Amino acid sequence: MLEITGLHCRYGKVSALRDLSIEVRQGELVTLIGANGAGKTTTLKAISGIVPAAAGRIVFDGEDVTHAGPRAILAKGIAHCPEGRHVFPYMTVQENLDMGCYLRRDADGIAEDLNRIFERFPVLSERRRQAAGTLSGGEQQMLAIGRALMSRPRLILFDEPSLGLAPNLVETTFEIISEIRAQGVTVLLVEQNAYAALELCDRCYLLESGEVTLTGSGQELLDNPHVKEAYLGG
Amino acid sequence: MNRWATGLWVGFLFSIPLWMTDQYYLHILIVAGIFIIAAMSLNLLLGYTGQLSLGHVAFFGIGGYTSALVSLGFDLELTDSYTFVFPAQPVWIAFLAGIVVAGFFGWLIGKISFKVRGAYFVIVTISFAEVVRLVALNWIDLTEGPMALNNIPPFTLGVPGLWELTFWRKIPNYYLVLVTCILSYVVIARLVGSRLGRAMIALRENEPLAASVGVDVTRSLVLAAVVSAAIAGAAGGLYTHYIRIIDPDVFLFIYTVTMVIMVVTGGKGTLAGPIVGGLIFGILPEALREVASPEMQWVIYGVLMILIVYFLPDGIVPAVSSWWKERFDAPPKTGEERA
Repeated sequence: MLEITGLHCRYGKVSALRDLSIEVRQGELVTLIGANGAGKTTTLKAISGIVPAAAGRIVFDGEDVTHAGPRAILAKGIAHCPEGRHVFPYMTVQENLDMGCYLRRDADGIAEDLNRIFERFPVLSERRRQAAGTLSGGEQQMLAIGRALMSRPRLILFDEPSLGLAPNLVETTFEIISEIRAQGVTVLLVEQNAYAALELCDRCYLLESGEVTLTGSGQELLDNPHVKEAYLGG
Repeated sequence: MNRWATGLWVGFLFSIPLWMTDQYYLHILIVAGIFIIAAMSLNLLLGYTGQLSLGHVAFFGIGGYTSALVSLGFDLELTDSYTFVFPAQPVWIAFLAGIVVAGFFGWLIGKISFKVRGAYFVIVTISFAEVVRLVALNWIDLTEGPMALNNIPPFTLGVPGLWELTFWRKIPNYYLVLVTCILSYVVIARLVGSRLGRAMIALRENEPLAASVGVDVTRSLVLAAVVSAAIAGAAGGLYTHYIRIIDPDVFLFIYTVTMVIMVVTGGKGTLAGPIVGGLIFGILPEALREVASPEMQWVIYGVLMILIVYFLPDGIVPAVSSWWKERFDAPPKTGEERA
C-alpha cells in the first residue's frame, strides 16, 4: 500500500533521513521506533507532504506521491495525527472535527462519520460546543484522533499518540489504535513507548540517526538483544 | 432575541437623522462610520487570519484616489505626441472602480507576501503604503501631488434628467455610509461563517495543522486580503466623495494605527469589535475637543488604549459577551447537554 524507497530529507544542511526504505502493506499496523532525533517524525511528515523529500520515492497505492503536497496526499487517503495533540484551541470540538473533513463534500458520509466518532468518544459529544483548548490532555488526544478519522483515511499516521498522557490514558489510546486497525484502516505508528508499540504492531522498523537499522515482527524486535538493551531498558 | 436586538439597533441607527438635527454631530457619525468600515476590513485580516496589515491605509487611499480620478477624469501625457484622455465618469462607477482597484492591489500584495507571511507581511504592507504615498505625492501630472485633488463630485442618486439627488447634505451621506457599513458587515459575516472563513480561523490558530487537514494556505490568505482591501477601498471612496478633497496625507501611518487601535480595543476576531472600537475612537476626538487640546487628546487616547488592552486583553466585545454569559445564561453544567 505504501512503499518508501531511498528517501532522503534535509533541514537545511542537516540531513534527517538517509536512504530510508520502509513498506506498509494493506491492513497492517507498522511502527517506527527509535530515539529522539532518529527521524521518525520526519518520516511521517515526508509521507504527508509537509517536509519535502530531497531524494527517493514515496508510492501510495501504486501512485507516486513524493511531491504531491499535503492537500493531494490527504485527498488520496492518508491522514496525519501530529505529535503533541494538535487541536485548534479556540474552535469548538465540533468545529475541530469539521476541519478534519475540510476536503470532503459528501454531507451524508460526513454526518455518518461524525456520529460514529461521537459514539466512540462520548466525551467529545458531551463537549461538542466547548473550545478545544479547554479539554484535558487525554480529551485533546481523542479529538486529534477523531479529526484524523473524519477524513475517512485508508492509511493513518500517528505521531507519538501516548506522549504526555497519564498511564491509564496511554492504554486507552493504544486500544483505540488497534480498534481503528480492526476496522480496516492501515496504521503507521511512531512511538517512544517502544514496549507497548512492539506488542501492538505486526511489523516494526528501528530507526537510528536517519536510517533503518533493524526490521522484523514485533516479537522479533522484543527478543532482540540490541533493542532490549537500548530501547526497552535492559 | 438576538434578531430583535439587531433589528432594534439598525432601526435606531436609521432613525438618528430624524431627531439629531445638529449637522455637526451627523458629520462626526459619518466620519466615524467610514473609519468603522475600514476597521472592519482590517479586522478580517488581523482578527480572522491573524495577519497584521500595517499599511492598510494604502487600500483606503487607493480606493479614494481611484474613485476621485475616475469621477473627475484625467489625462496623461504618455509620449510627446500622444495624450491619454480619460473622461469623467458618474460617481457610482468611480466608486466601484475604486473598490476593484483596491481589491486588485490586495491580491497583488497577498500574492507577493503570503508565501512568507508573518513579519514579512507586516513589512511589505508598511513599505507598500509608503511607496503609494510617495507616488501620490510626486506623480503631480496625475494626482496633483501636495496640491490635492479638489472639487471631487459627491454621490448622486436617481435618473438623470428626471429626478436626481446630489449628496451635498449630511443626511443622504449618513444613510449612504450606514448602508455601506451594513453591507460590509454582512459580507464579512458571511465570509467568516463559510467554509473558507473557518479555514482562515484555522490558519490563525495553527497553520501547520490547518495545512495538514487540507487548507490551501496561500489561496485562503490571498482571498482574505482581496476582500479586506476591496472593503477598505470602498471606505476610501466614501471618504473622498464626502470630504471632496483628497491629498497624499490620507496615506499617513497614523490612520493605519487608528484602525489597528479600533480593532484591537473593540476585540479582534469578533464581528462587533471594530464597530465598538470605531465608535469610541471615532467619536472621542470630537467629544474631547472642548475640554482638551489636540496634544492632550493623544495622551488621553494613549492612556485609554493601554487601560483597555491591560484590563481587557481580548478587547471590549469579548469581555462584555463573556460577562453577559456568566451573568444571564447559566453555563451548561455537566449532564445538561447529555440529556
